[in-house]
Amino acid sequence: MAVSVRIPTILRTYTAGESEVGADGTTLAEVLDDLERHHGGIRARVLDDEGGLRRFVNVYVGNDDVRFLDGLQTPTPDGTQISIIPAVAGG
Amino acid sequence: MSTATDTSAPTPGDTAPDHGLREGAFGNATALACRECGHQVALGPYYACPECFGPLEVHYAFPAVTREEIAAGPRNIWRYKALLPVPDDIEQSPNTEPGFTRLLRADNLAAQLGLTRLWVKDDSTNPTNSFKDRVVACALSAAIELKAQVFACPSTGNLANAVAAAGARAGIKTVVFIPADLEKPKQVNSAVYTDRLVAVNGNYDDVNRLASEIAGEEEGWAFVNVNVRPFYAEGSKTLGYEIAEQLGWRLPDQVVIPVASGSQLTKVDKAFKELVQLGLVEDKPYKIFGAQATGCSPVSAAYKQGHDVVRPVKPDTIAKSLAIGNPADGPYVLDICRASGGAVEDVSDDEVREGILLLARTEGIFTETAGGTTTAVLKKLVETGQLDTSLETVIINTGMGLKTLDAISDRVGPAATIDPSYAAFTGSGVL
Repeated sequence: MAVSVRIPTILRTYTAGESEVGADGTTLAEVLDDLERHHGGIRARVLDDEGGLRRFVNVYVGNDDVRFLDGLQTPTPDGTQISIIPAVAGG
Repeated sequence: MSTATDTSAPTPGDTAPDHGLREGAFGNATALACRECGHQVALGPYYACPECFGPLEVHYAFPAVTREEIAAGPRNIWRYKALLPVPDDIEQSPNTEPGFTRLLRADNLAAQLGLTRLWVKDDSTNPTNSFKDRVVACALSAAIELKAQVFACPSTGNLANAVAAAGARAGIKTVVFIPADLEKPKQVNSAVYTDRLVAVNGNYDDVNRLASEIAGEEEGWAFVNVNVRPFYAEGSKTLGYEIAEQLGWRLPDQVVIPVASGSQLTKVDKAFKELVQLGLVEDKPYKIFGAQATGCSPVSAAYKQGHDVVRPVKPDTIAKSLAIGNPADGPYVLDICRASGGAVEDVSDDEVREGILLLARTEGIFTETAGGTTTAVLKKLVETGQLDTSLETVIINTGMGLKTLDAISDRVGPAATIDPSYAAFTGSGVL
Protein backbone atom coordinates (compact mmCIF):
# COMPACT_ATOMS: atom_id res chain seq x y z
CA MET A 1 0.00 0.00 0.00
CA ALA A 2 1.24 3.47 -0.88
CA VAL A 3 0.12 5.38 2.18
CA SER A 4 -0.98 4.67 5.72
CA VAL A 5 -4.11 6.28 7.16
CA ARG A 6 -4.78 6.64 10.88
CA ILE A 7 -8.47 6.20 11.60
CA PRO A 8 -10.18 8.02 14.51
CA THR A 9 -12.19 6.00 17.00
CA ILE A 10 -15.56 7.09 15.67
CA LEU A 11 -14.76 5.81 12.15
CA ARG A 12 -13.43 2.42 13.17
CA THR A 13 -16.82 0.83 12.61
CA TYR A 14 -15.88 1.09 8.92
CA THR A 15 -12.44 -0.51 9.34
CA ALA A 16 -13.41 -3.47 11.53
CA GLY A 17 -11.87 -1.73 14.51
CA GLU A 18 -8.52 -1.12 12.81
CA SER A 19 -6.81 2.09 13.92
CA GLU A 20 -4.59 2.24 10.87
CA VAL A 21 -5.21 1.06 7.31
CA GLY A 22 -3.33 1.19 4.02
CA ALA A 23 -4.59 2.94 0.90
CA ASP A 24 -3.46 3.94 -2.58
CA GLY A 25 -3.60 7.32 -4.25
CA THR A 26 -1.38 10.15 -5.41
CA THR A 27 -3.58 12.83 -3.82
CA LEU A 28 -5.72 12.95 -0.69
CA ALA A 29 -8.86 12.80 -2.85
CA GLU A 30 -7.64 9.60 -4.48
CA VAL A 31 -6.73 8.11 -1.12
CA LEU A 32 -10.25 8.83 0.16
CA ASP A 33 -11.68 7.19 -2.99
CA ASP A 34 -9.58 4.11 -2.31
CA LEU A 35 -10.63 4.07 1.33
CA GLU A 36 -14.25 4.15 0.18
CA ARG A 37 -13.68 1.14 -2.09
CA HIS A 38 -12.38 -0.96 0.79
CA HIS A 39 -14.34 0.55 3.68
CA GLY A 40 -17.69 1.57 2.17
CA GLY A 41 -19.35 4.56 3.79
CA ILE A 42 -16.25 6.13 5.29
CA ARG A 43 -15.87 8.91 2.69
CA ALA A 44 -19.30 10.38 3.44
CA ARG A 45 -18.26 10.78 7.06
CA VAL A 46 -15.19 12.77 6.11
CA LEU A 47 -16.60 14.80 3.20
CA ASP A 48 -19.78 16.88 3.13
CA ASP A 49 -22.51 16.83 0.49
CA GLU A 50 -20.52 19.24 -1.69
CA GLY A 51 -17.48 16.99 -1.61
CA GLY A 52 -15.42 19.23 0.65
CA LEU A 53 -13.86 18.34 3.98
CA ARG A 54 -16.43 18.46 6.75
CA ARG A 55 -16.10 21.52 9.00
CA PHE A 56 -15.18 19.51 12.07
CA VAL A 57 -12.66 17.11 10.51
CA ASN A 58 -8.94 17.77 10.38
CA VAL A 59 -6.84 15.75 7.95
CA TYR A 60 -3.07 15.78 8.23
CA VAL A 61 -0.67 14.69 5.51
CA GLY A 62 2.52 14.08 7.40
CA ASN A 63 2.58 16.77 10.07
CA ASP A 64 0.61 19.35 8.13
CA ASP A 65 -3.08 20.19 8.19
CA VAL A 66 -4.22 19.88 4.56
CA ARG A 67 -6.08 23.18 4.93
CA PHE A 68 -2.61 24.77 4.91
CA LEU A 69 -1.62 22.67 1.89
CA ASP A 70 -3.75 21.96 -1.19
CA GLY A 71 -6.77 20.49 0.56
CA LEU A 72 -8.08 17.38 -1.13
CA GLN A 73 -5.54 17.87 -3.92
CA THR A 74 -2.62 17.63 -1.49
CA PRO A 75 -0.07 15.14 -2.91
CA THR A 76 0.35 11.87 -1.01
CA PRO A 77 3.68 10.32 -2.00
CA ASP A 78 4.43 6.68 -1.20
CA GLY A 79 5.05 6.16 2.47
CA THR A 80 3.00 9.18 3.56
CA GLN A 81 1.26 9.01 6.93
CA ILE A 82 -2.25 10.49 6.82
CA SER A 83 -4.27 11.17 9.98
CA ILE A 84 -8.00 11.87 10.19
CA ILE A 85 -8.80 13.59 13.49
CA PRO A 86 -11.96 15.17 14.95
CA ALA A 87 -11.52 18.94 15.06
CA VAL A 88 -13.62 19.71 18.11
CA ALA A 89 -10.87 19.19 20.66
CA GLY A 90 -8.96 21.83 22.53
CA GLY A 91 -9.45 25.16 24.17
CA MET B 1 -13.46 3.87 31.64
CA SER B 2 -12.98 2.73 28.09
CA THR B 3 -12.14 5.07 25.26
CA ALA B 4 -9.89 3.43 22.73
CA THR B 5 -12.08 0.36 22.32
CA ASP B 6 -15.37 2.20 21.82
CA THR B 7 -15.77 2.11 18.08
CA SER B 8 -18.95 4.17 18.17
CA ALA B 9 -20.86 6.17 20.72
CA PRO B 10 -24.14 4.55 21.77
CA THR B 11 -27.40 6.47 21.46
CA PRO B 12 -29.43 7.15 24.63
CA GLY B 13 -31.30 4.08 25.68
CA ASP B 14 -28.89 1.74 23.92
CA THR B 15 -26.87 -0.59 26.04
CA ALA B 16 -23.96 1.69 26.82
CA PRO B 17 -20.44 0.39 27.42
CA ASP B 18 -19.99 -0.43 31.07
CA HIS B 19 -18.37 2.62 32.60
CA GLY B 20 -19.73 1.52 35.96
CA LEU B 21 -21.73 4.72 36.17
CA ARG B 22 -23.63 5.29 39.38
CA GLU B 23 -27.09 6.81 39.44
CA GLY B 24 -26.92 10.57 39.06
CA ALA B 25 -23.27 10.57 38.00
CA PHE B 26 -23.92 13.51 35.70
CA GLY B 27 -26.62 15.23 37.74
CA ASN B 28 -29.53 16.49 35.63
CA ALA B 29 -27.74 15.83 32.33
CA THR B 30 -29.66 13.46 30.07
CA ALA B 31 -27.59 12.97 26.91
CA LEU B 32 -24.90 14.37 24.65
CA ALA B 33 -26.27 15.96 21.49
CA CYS B 34 -24.49 17.09 18.35
CA ARG B 35 -24.57 20.83 17.93
CA GLU B 36 -24.50 20.42 14.16
CA CYS B 37 -27.00 17.66 13.33
CA GLY B 38 -28.77 17.01 16.63
CA HIS B 39 -27.77 13.33 16.78
CA GLN B 40 -27.80 12.17 20.41
CA VAL B 41 -25.45 9.79 22.18
CA ALA B 42 -25.41 8.45 25.71
CA LEU B 43 -23.51 10.29 28.44
CA GLY B 44 -19.93 9.04 28.33
CA PRO B 45 -16.40 9.84 27.12
CA TYR B 46 -17.50 11.04 23.69
CA TYR B 47 -16.87 14.41 22.13
CA ALA B 48 -17.39 14.19 18.37
CA CYS B 49 -20.62 13.24 16.66
CA PRO B 50 -20.36 9.79 15.06
CA GLU B 51 -22.54 11.04 12.19
CA CYS B 52 -20.87 14.31 11.19
CA PHE B 53 -17.90 14.94 13.56
CA GLY B 54 -19.75 17.93 15.05
CA PRO B 55 -19.19 18.84 18.71
CA LEU B 56 -21.29 17.04 21.30
CA GLU B 57 -22.93 19.17 23.96
CA VAL B 58 -24.58 18.25 27.27
CA HIS B 59 -28.38 18.32 27.34
CA TYR B 60 -30.36 18.45 30.58
CA ALA B 61 -33.76 18.02 32.13
CA PHE B 62 -33.53 20.87 34.62
CA PRO B 63 -35.66 20.80 37.74
CA ALA B 64 -37.16 24.02 39.09
CA VAL B 65 -34.28 26.04 40.54
CA THR B 66 -34.72 29.15 42.66
CA ARG B 67 -32.44 32.09 43.38
CA GLU B 68 -32.71 31.24 47.08
CA GLU B 69 -31.48 27.68 46.57
CA ILE B 70 -28.50 28.95 44.62
CA ALA B 71 -27.73 31.67 47.15
CA ALA B 72 -27.77 29.07 49.95
CA GLY B 73 -25.06 27.06 48.18
CA PRO B 74 -21.30 27.28 48.66
CA ARG B 75 -19.35 30.34 47.47
CA ASN B 76 -17.95 28.46 44.50
CA ILE B 77 -19.26 27.01 41.24
CA TRP B 78 -21.06 24.18 43.03
CA ARG B 79 -23.80 26.62 44.04
CA TYR B 80 -24.94 26.02 40.42
CA LYS B 81 -24.50 22.24 40.55
CA ALA B 82 -28.11 21.60 39.49
CA LEU B 83 -27.21 23.26 36.17
CA LEU B 84 -23.95 21.34 35.64
CA PRO B 85 -23.21 17.71 34.63
CA VAL B 86 -22.04 16.76 38.12
CA PRO B 87 -23.50 14.59 40.89
CA ASP B 88 -25.48 16.09 43.74
CA ASP B 89 -22.71 15.18 46.21
CA ILE B 90 -19.99 16.93 44.19
CA GLU B 91 -18.83 18.99 47.19
CA GLN B 92 -17.76 15.76 48.93
CA SER B 93 -15.02 14.86 46.44
CA PRO B 94 -11.69 16.72 46.66
CA ASN B 95 -11.49 19.50 44.09
CA THR B 96 -10.14 23.04 43.92
CA GLU B 97 -13.54 24.65 44.62
CA PRO B 98 -13.18 27.40 42.03
CA GLY B 99 -15.46 30.25 41.15
CA PHE B 100 -17.57 32.96 42.70
CA THR B 101 -14.77 35.34 41.83
CA ARG B 102 -15.24 39.06 42.25
CA LEU B 103 -17.20 41.27 39.87
CA LEU B 104 -15.57 44.67 40.19
CA ARG B 105 -17.17 47.92 39.15
CA ALA B 106 -14.51 49.59 36.98
CA ASP B 107 -15.36 53.28 37.20
CA ASN B 108 -11.85 54.51 36.45
CA LEU B 109 -11.49 52.49 33.27
CA ALA B 110 -15.05 53.41 32.31
CA ALA B 111 -14.26 57.11 32.71
CA GLN B 112 -11.09 56.81 30.68
CA LEU B 113 -12.90 55.10 27.82
CA GLY B 114 -16.11 57.11 28.07
CA LEU B 115 -18.35 54.25 29.18
CA THR B 116 -21.37 54.78 31.41
CA ARG B 117 -20.98 51.62 33.49
CA LEU B 118 -18.32 48.94 33.28
CA TRP B 119 -17.59 45.80 35.31
CA VAL B 120 -14.62 43.44 35.32
CA LYS B 121 -15.32 39.80 36.08
CA ASP B 122 -11.94 38.96 37.58
CA ASP B 123 -11.18 35.26 37.22
CA SER B 124 -7.51 35.73 38.04
CA THR B 125 -8.41 34.98 41.67
CA ASN B 126 -9.31 31.35 41.02
CA PRO B 127 -7.16 28.67 42.73
CA THR B 128 -4.59 28.49 39.92
CA ASN B 129 -5.26 32.05 38.79
CA SER B 130 -7.31 31.53 35.67
CA PHE B 131 -10.85 30.65 34.62
CA LYS B 132 -9.61 27.18 33.71
CA ASP B 133 -10.20 25.98 37.26
CA ARG B 134 -13.93 26.15 36.52
CA VAL B 135 -13.88 23.87 33.49
CA VAL B 136 -11.32 21.52 35.00
CA ALA B 137 -13.49 21.01 38.08
CA CYS B 138 -16.33 19.78 35.86
CA ALA B 139 -13.96 17.63 33.80
CA LEU B 140 -12.50 16.14 36.98
CA SER B 141 -15.95 15.15 38.14
CA ALA B 142 -16.60 13.42 34.80
CA ALA B 143 -13.21 11.70 34.93
CA ILE B 144 -13.88 10.36 38.41
CA GLU B 145 -17.40 9.20 37.54
CA LEU B 146 -16.04 7.45 34.42
CA LYS B 147 -13.30 5.86 36.53
CA ALA B 148 -10.45 7.32 34.48
CA GLN B 149 -6.93 6.45 35.62
CA VAL B 150 -5.21 9.40 33.95
CA PHE B 151 -6.27 13.06 33.94
CA ALA B 152 -4.69 14.91 31.04
CA CYS B 153 -4.81 17.88 28.69
CA PRO B 154 -3.14 19.69 25.83
CA SER B 155 -2.74 23.27 26.98
CA THR B 156 -1.59 26.76 26.19
CA GLY B 157 -0.57 27.00 29.85
CA ASN B 158 -3.43 28.00 32.13
CA LEU B 159 -5.24 24.73 31.57
CA ALA B 160 -2.09 22.77 32.34
CA ASN B 161 -1.81 24.62 35.66
CA ALA B 162 -5.43 23.88 36.53
CA VAL B 163 -5.32 20.20 35.51
CA ALA B 164 -2.08 19.55 37.36
CA ALA B 165 -3.37 21.17 40.56
CA ALA B 166 -6.81 19.55 40.44
CA GLY B 167 -5.25 16.16 39.71
CA ALA B 168 -2.94 16.50 42.68
CA ARG B 169 -5.80 17.41 44.99
CA ALA B 170 -7.94 14.53 43.70
CA GLY B 171 -5.07 12.05 43.89
CA ILE B 172 -5.28 11.06 40.23
CA LYS B 173 -2.31 10.67 37.88
CA THR B 174 -1.96 13.74 35.66
CA VAL B 175 -0.17 14.19 32.34
CA VAL B 176 -0.15 17.67 30.79
CA PHE B 177 1.12 18.54 27.32
CA ILE B 178 2.26 22.06 26.41
CA PRO B 179 4.04 23.76 23.50
CA ALA B 180 7.75 23.76 24.28
CA ASP B 181 8.00 27.56 23.84
CA LEU B 182 5.42 28.31 26.53
CA GLU B 183 6.13 31.10 29.02
CA LYS B 184 8.39 29.82 31.83
CA PRO B 185 6.02 30.81 34.68
CA LYS B 186 3.25 28.72 33.16
CA GLN B 187 5.62 25.75 32.90
CA VAL B 188 6.67 26.10 36.54
CA ASN B 189 3.06 26.58 37.63
CA SER B 190 2.28 23.15 36.20
CA ALA B 191 5.47 21.27 37.03
CA VAL B 192 5.15 22.19 40.68
CA TYR B 193 2.08 19.96 40.87
CA THR B 194 3.12 17.06 38.63
CA ASP B 195 6.18 15.16 37.41
CA ARG B 196 4.45 14.54 34.10
CA LEU B 197 4.64 17.86 32.27
CA VAL B 198 5.41 17.09 28.62
CA ALA B 199 6.81 19.86 26.39
CA VAL B 200 6.04 19.25 22.71
CA ASN B 201 8.06 20.72 19.87
CA GLY B 202 5.27 22.53 18.06
CA ASN B 203 2.49 25.04 18.55
CA TYR B 204 -0.71 24.47 20.49
CA ASP B 205 -2.51 23.01 17.49
CA ASP B 206 0.26 20.42 17.16
CA VAL B 207 -0.09 19.57 20.85
CA ASN B 208 -3.83 19.34 20.48
CA ARG B 209 -3.49 16.95 17.57
CA LEU B 210 -1.16 14.73 19.58
CA ALA B 211 -3.62 14.68 22.47
CA SER B 212 -6.48 13.71 20.15
CA GLU B 213 -4.43 10.80 18.83
CA ILE B 214 -3.45 9.63 22.33
CA ALA B 215 -7.08 9.87 23.47
CA GLY B 216 -8.06 7.55 20.62
CA GLU B 217 -5.48 4.94 21.50
CA GLU B 218 -4.95 4.85 25.27
CA GLU B 219 -7.35 3.20 27.69
CA GLY B 220 -8.57 5.04 30.73
CA TRP B 221 -7.39 8.53 29.89
CA ALA B 222 -9.64 11.51 30.47
CA PHE B 223 -8.32 14.36 28.34
CA VAL B 224 -10.28 17.24 29.78
CA ASN B 225 -10.61 19.13 26.51
CA VAL B 226 -10.76 16.14 24.20
CA ASN B 227 -12.80 13.09 25.19
CA VAL B 228 -14.54 14.66 28.20
CA ARG B 229 -14.75 18.09 26.55
CA PRO B 230 -18.57 18.25 26.61
CA PHE B 231 -18.51 18.07 30.43
CA TYR B 232 -15.44 20.30 30.76
CA ALA B 233 -16.88 23.06 28.59
CA GLU B 234 -20.00 23.31 30.74
CA GLY B 235 -17.86 24.74 33.54
CA SER B 236 -17.58 28.01 31.65
CA LYS B 237 -21.30 28.52 32.05
CA THR B 238 -20.64 29.42 35.67
CA LEU B 239 -19.00 32.66 34.50
CA GLY B 240 -22.35 33.66 32.99
CA TYR B 241 -24.33 32.52 36.03
CA GLU B 242 -22.08 34.47 38.38
CA ILE B 243 -22.16 37.65 36.32
CA ALA B 244 -25.96 37.60 36.37
CA GLU B 245 -26.21 36.73 40.07
CA GLN B 246 -23.63 39.34 41.08
CA LEU B 247 -25.45 42.00 39.08
CA GLY B 248 -28.51 41.25 41.22
CA TRP B 249 -30.01 38.55 39.02
CA ARG B 250 -30.07 40.41 35.75
CA LEU B 251 -28.20 40.17 32.47
CA PRO B 252 -25.72 42.84 31.37
CA ASP B 253 -26.24 44.75 28.13
CA GLN B 254 -22.85 43.92 26.61
CA VAL B 255 -20.08 41.42 27.38
CA VAL B 256 -16.55 41.31 25.95
CA ILE B 257 -14.94 37.86 26.10
CA PRO B 258 -11.54 36.65 24.88
CA VAL B 259 -11.62 33.98 22.17
CA ALA B 260 -9.15 31.09 21.94
CA SER B 261 -11.15 27.96 21.06
CA GLY B 262 -14.29 30.07 21.52
CA SER B 263 -15.80 27.64 24.02
CA GLN B 264 -16.01 30.15 26.88
CA LEU B 265 -17.92 32.69 24.81
CA THR B 266 -20.45 30.13 23.64
CA LYS B 267 -20.97 28.87 27.18
CA VAL B 268 -21.54 32.33 28.66
CA ASP B 269 -24.23 32.77 26.03
CA LYS B 270 -25.67 29.34 26.91
CA ALA B 271 -25.69 30.31 30.60
CA PHE B 272 -27.61 33.51 29.96
CA LYS B 273 -30.18 31.63 27.89
CA GLU B 274 -30.57 28.94 30.58
CA LEU B 275 -31.12 31.57 33.27
CA VAL B 276 -33.87 33.10 31.16
CA GLN B 277 -35.37 29.66 30.47
CA LEU B 278 -35.41 28.87 34.19
CA GLY B 279 -37.01 32.20 35.05
CA LEU B 280 -34.03 33.25 37.16
CA VAL B 281 -33.48 36.48 35.20
CA GLU B 282 -35.67 38.67 33.05
CA ASP B 283 -35.36 38.09 29.31
CA LYS B 284 -33.64 41.02 27.62
CA PRO B 285 -31.35 41.60 24.66
CA TYR B 286 -27.60 41.45 25.23
CA LYS B 287 -24.65 41.77 22.89
CA ILE B 288 -21.62 39.49 22.99
CA PHE B 289 -18.24 40.61 21.64
CA GLY B 290 -15.22 38.39 21.01
CA ALA B 291 -11.61 39.51 21.50
CA GLN B 292 -8.57 38.11 19.71
CA ALA B 293 -4.93 39.08 19.19
CA THR B 294 -4.22 39.95 15.56
CA GLY B 295 -1.40 37.39 15.46
CA CYS B 296 -3.98 34.65 15.98
CA SER B 297 -7.30 36.04 14.84
CA PRO B 298 -9.01 33.46 12.63
CA VAL B 299 -12.44 34.18 14.13
CA SER B 300 -12.08 37.95 13.89
CA ALA B 301 -10.89 37.62 10.30
CA ALA B 302 -13.89 35.45 9.40
CA TYR B 303 -16.20 37.94 11.13
CA LYS B 304 -14.80 40.88 9.23
CA GLN B 305 -14.87 39.03 5.92
CA GLY B 306 -18.47 37.91 6.45
CA HIS B 307 -17.55 34.23 6.39
CA ASP B 308 -19.30 31.44 8.30
CA VAL B 309 -16.24 29.20 8.12
CA VAL B 310 -13.11 29.89 10.17
CA ARG B 311 -9.93 29.36 8.20
CA PRO B 312 -7.12 28.05 10.46
CA VAL B 313 -4.00 30.18 10.92
CA LYS B 314 -0.48 29.66 12.29
CA PRO B 315 -0.39 31.67 15.54
CA ASP B 316 2.20 34.40 16.05
CA THR B 317 1.33 36.48 19.11
CA ILE B 318 2.44 37.15 22.67
CA ALA B 319 -1.08 36.22 23.78
CA LYS B 320 -0.17 32.55 23.97
CA SER B 321 -3.21 31.58 26.02
CA LEU B 322 -5.32 32.70 23.04
CA ALA B 323 -3.00 31.18 20.43
CA ILE B 324 -5.29 28.52 19.00
CA GLY B 325 -5.06 28.70 15.23
CA ASN B 326 -7.83 26.20 14.58
CA PRO B 327 -10.54 27.14 17.09
CA ALA B 328 -13.06 24.34 17.61
CA ASP B 329 -15.94 26.65 18.49
CA GLY B 330 -15.05 29.45 16.09
CA PRO B 331 -18.14 29.03 13.88
CA TYR B 332 -20.42 29.26 16.91
CA VAL B 333 -18.68 32.40 18.13
CA LEU B 334 -19.46 33.97 14.75
CA ASP B 335 -23.10 32.90 15.00
CA ILE B 336 -23.54 34.23 18.54
CA CYS B 337 -21.75 37.53 18.05
CA ARG B 338 -23.62 38.25 14.82
CA ALA B 339 -27.03 37.18 16.15
CA SER B 340 -26.64 39.23 19.34
CA GLY B 341 -25.55 42.39 17.53
CA GLY B 342 -22.01 42.15 18.88
CA ALA B 343 -18.78 41.75 16.95
CA VAL B 344 -15.38 40.06 16.95
CA GLU B 345 -12.36 42.37 16.99
CA ASP B 346 -8.60 41.94 17.22
CA VAL B 347 -5.66 44.02 18.45
CA SER B 348 -1.90 44.03 17.88
CA ASP B 349 0.62 42.72 20.41
CA ASP B 350 1.55 46.31 21.28
CA GLU B 351 -2.10 47.04 21.98
CA VAL B 352 -2.22 43.89 24.14
CA ARG B 353 0.65 45.27 26.23
CA GLU B 354 -1.09 48.64 26.48
CA GLY B 355 -4.25 46.83 27.52
CA ILE B 356 -2.43 45.11 30.39
CA LEU B 357 -1.12 48.46 31.61
CA LEU B 358 -4.47 50.20 31.13
CA LEU B 359 -6.32 47.70 33.32
CA ALA B 360 -3.56 47.67 35.93
CA ARG B 361 -3.31 51.46 36.21
CA THR B 362 -7.02 52.22 36.19
CA GLU B 363 -8.37 49.33 38.26
CA GLY B 364 -5.45 47.71 40.06
CA ILE B 365 -5.94 44.41 38.25
CA PHE B 366 -2.84 42.73 36.83
CA THR B 367 -4.05 40.64 33.94
CA GLU B 368 -2.17 38.31 31.63
CA THR B 369 -1.99 38.78 27.86
CA ALA B 370 -5.49 37.37 27.33
CA GLY B 371 -6.94 40.04 29.61
CA GLY B 372 -4.75 42.63 27.93
CA THR B 373 -6.30 41.54 24.66
CA THR B 374 -9.81 41.86 26.07
CA THR B 375 -9.14 45.30 27.56
CA ALA B 376 -7.53 46.54 24.36
CA VAL B 377 -10.40 45.18 22.28
CA LEU B 378 -12.86 46.95 24.60
CA LYS B 379 -10.99 50.19 23.93
CA LYS B 380 -10.97 49.55 20.19
CA LEU B 381 -14.68 48.68 20.13
CA VAL B 382 -15.41 52.02 21.83
CA GLU B 383 -13.12 54.00 19.52
CA THR B 384 -14.64 52.42 16.41
CA GLY B 385 -18.21 52.89 17.61
CA GLN B 386 -18.98 49.17 17.65
CA LEU B 387 -19.80 49.18 21.37
CA ASP B 388 -22.58 51.34 22.81
CA THR B 389 -20.97 53.43 25.55
CA SER B 390 -24.35 54.18 27.13
CA LEU B 391 -24.99 50.52 27.96
CA GLU B 392 -23.78 48.47 30.92
CA THR B 393 -20.75 46.41 29.89
CA VAL B 394 -18.87 43.49 31.46
CA ILE B 395 -15.40 42.34 30.41
CA ILE B 396 -13.96 39.02 31.52
CA ASN B 397 -10.41 38.89 32.86
CA THR B 398 -9.49 35.24 32.46
CA GLY B 399 -6.01 35.11 33.97
CA MET B 400 -3.25 36.50 36.16
CA GLY B 401 -0.49 38.82 34.93
CA LEU B 402 2.23 37.16 37.00
CA LYS B 403 2.10 34.27 34.52
CA THR B 404 3.09 36.44 31.54
CA LEU B 405 5.61 38.86 33.04
CA ASP B 406 7.76 38.71 29.90
CA ALA B 407 5.06 40.49 27.95
CA ILE B 408 5.57 43.76 29.79
CA SER B 409 8.75 43.38 31.83
CA ASP B 410 10.61 45.72 29.48
CA ARG B 411 7.78 48.28 29.62
CA VAL B 412 7.66 48.86 33.37
CA GLY B 413 10.25 49.24 36.08
CA PRO B 414 11.75 51.75 38.48
CA ALA B 415 11.01 55.38 37.63
CA ALA B 416 14.39 56.26 39.14
CA THR B 417 17.34 54.60 40.87
CA ILE B 418 18.61 56.88 43.61
CA ASP B 419 20.90 57.04 46.61
CA PRO B 420 19.18 56.60 50.00
CA SER B 421 18.88 60.31 50.77
CA TYR B 422 15.97 62.76 50.88
CA ALA B 423 17.83 65.09 48.56
CA ALA B 424 18.28 62.35 46.01
CA PHE B 425 14.57 61.59 46.18
CA THR B 426 13.42 65.17 45.79
CA GLY B 427 15.83 65.59 42.93
CA SER B 428 14.77 62.45 41.13
CA GLY B 429 11.74 63.95 39.46
CA VAL B 430 9.53 61.03 40.47
CA LEU B 431 6.81 63.31 41.89
